[in-house]
Amino acid sequence: MSTPTASFGRDAASSIARSKNEPAWLVAWRENAGELASRLELPKPEKTPIQRWPLDLYGTDRPGAKIDSASQLPEALTKLLPAEAGGALIVQHNSSVVYTHLSDELKAKGVVLASLEEAARSHEELVRKHLMTAYAPDEHKLAALHAALWNGGVFLYVPRGVEIEEPVQALLFADDAEATFVPHVLIVAEANSRVTVVENASTAVGDAALVLNGAVEVFAKAGSQVRYAAVHSLEKGAVDVSYRRAVLEQDARIEWIVGELQDGNILSDTKTILKGNGSTSDAKIITVGTGKQRMSLTTGAVHFGLSTESDMITRAVMKEEGTAVINGVTKIEKGATRANGQQTEKVLMLSPKARGDANPILLIDEDDVKAGHAASVGQVNAEQVHYLMSRGISKTEAERLIIYGFLDPVVSEIPLESVREQLQRILERKLG
Amino acid sequence: MSNLFEIKGLKSEIEGKEILKGFDLTIKAGEVHAIMGPNGTGKSTLASSIMGHPKYEVTDGQVLLNGEDVLEMGVDERALAGLFLAMQYPSEITGVTNADFLRSAINARRGEGNEISLIKFVRQMEAKMKELEMNPEFMHRYLNEGFSGGEKKRNEILQMMLLEPKLVILDEIDSGLDIDALKIVAAGVNAMRSEERSFLIITHYQRLLNYIKPDHVHVMMQGRIVKSGGPELAERLEAEGYEWVKEELGIVDETVGQA
Repeated sequence: MSTPTASFGRDAASSIARSKNEPAWLVAWRENAGELASRLELPKPEKTPIQRWPLDLYGTDRPGAKIDSASQLPEALTKLLPAEAGGALIVQHNSSVVYTHLSDELKAKGVVLASLEEAARSHEELVRKHLMTAYAPDEHKLAALHAALWNGGVFLYVPRGVEIEEPVQALLFADDAEATFVPHVLIVAEANSRVTVVENASTAVGDAALVLNGAVEVFAKAGSQVRYAAVHSLEKGAVDVSYRRAVLEQDARIEWIVGELQDGNILSDTKTILKGNGSTSDAKIITVGTGKQRMSLTTGAVHFGLSTESDMITRAVMKEEGTAVINGVTKIEKGATRANGQQTEKVLMLSPKARGDANPILLIDEDDVKAGHAASVGQVNAEQVHYLMSRGISKTEAERLIIYGFLDPVVSEIPLESVREQLQRILERKLG
Repeated sequence: MSNLFEIKGLKSEIEGKEILKGFDLTIKAGEVHAIMGPNGTGKSTLASSIMGHPKYEVTDGQVLLNGEDVLEMGVDERALAGLFLAMQYPSEITGVTNADFLRSAINARRGEGNEISLIKFVRQMEAKMKELEMNPEFMHRYLNEGFSGGEKKRNEILQMMLLEPKLVILDEIDSGLDIDALKIVAAGVNAMRSEERSFLIITHYQRLLNYIKPDHVHVMMQGRIVKSGGPELAERLEAEGYEWVKEELGIVDETVGQA
């Protein structure tokens, strides 16, 4: 287990950046973030006392060993790869990226896929222009820590008008509990481009404690379409902090498809800023709470543009003594006329000791808009069980069908079959 | 003909209120019986009690299918024994496709190791959907979710056709159906009529019985059968309503448990 560092600040951030020979601009940027980290407070997610979580396990820089071929990956990861090698794959192992593959065809089109560390040198301008502008280092202590410590990371650039058919796959993996595991995924999709990204985050550290302090930022320029699917399956001792942000220009679209299937505590926050007129956002999140897991899952949509549309759905199955606080925040700013923001939070309780809270919040500063929310917390519907049983299906099977069905709207949307199968395996394990 | 289905002295209550007050009915193999009656006389309670809906508590009586008391069985066992209830308000279940659901139901009958092959199943399901003039996309839609009233009813008949039960109860299958859909549903039922299969049709209106000819018609009031006859009884009820039955039997309030 990593030793908690009593204080983390400007000096610590500076020395890590310097030891990795980072460019001067980034060293200065890290120092500033370190300074912020030393004085900012932790975020205060609704009804979730994260100050008791071991969030001060910063770890040390433990780069993974570089590999030449995806076949050298641990078996747990090779299982996630599609049967036929895809056009784009990047792998972070502990504190660094160990493998990047981008087909010549995509390279020729100007697509860039690199570790963020590398991109900070090779694509400095693009990185500086976007990095942590949607998730700012001064939001709170965890954001500042992320800014100071991010390592490895993914930089994906899709040029104007380029459409990538096959999903770009990112594997984020830690098997060393001592490692600083702070991946940052930065995606810039230029005008009228189209891309799907499938990200997996997992650990193999047994019961050891670890913190994943991760972030995703998507910048979708005019008319572009980005689909971002993520499956997180960290182990019991690992805390998963994942902030995801998308900023949409005119007519751009983002789809978030997220499976939060960790066994440990989760703080996740997935938010879209609908800046451009006509932009649309669709977020679907599922989770299964088991053991004594505590989770705070937030989805958000902030409407600035005219005729913008957002839809957010979170579905949680809660077992054993799991506790979930699920927040949906739809914000419609003054001037965002004809915006439409919808959200749904549903919790299925499978145990009397499990807890689930659904908090829909609508903040509306414009008159000519539509907004709606639906929230429910309940048990497996007895009427539905009866209906299935009346066709000869056993009670156990009926409940199984209903519970899996409850999660299907996300499972069926996962773009890669290999990842969909992984999701099924995790669900079978967690649902028992 | 043997007695395929017998209901003897069935009493049933909901939330402590007795609705069925000693219901008797015998159906021979191959027969079609219709139960008619005004609202609130216990018709749907009868259907739900036979199928074992958790809201209804059977307090007395027997329901025998081929001599076996289904009241002793779990809901799924009743279905496996050959009972089928086409429900008035079928449940909507998100995430469970019509095809997955029906395949599970068929496999529950076939048992482990003898599951139906996917190709054979799809072929069967497609053929029956065609008979019912259902859009093939309903195969992969979530069970009843977003279905119109008429589509749900057709989907109930589809299940009946694929599960091939021995005793079919149709609870208000005609409600919410336009005349074309009614004809299709009736054709589906008629195609299933056989020497070994019996039907119990619960309905408000005679209309359905123009297309599915019953052998026997019963009038239900106050939680029991008060009058029985042939198809002509249904026609008279359609023409004259229920008032004459009440007068004939001296019934003032035909409903149950309105205390």
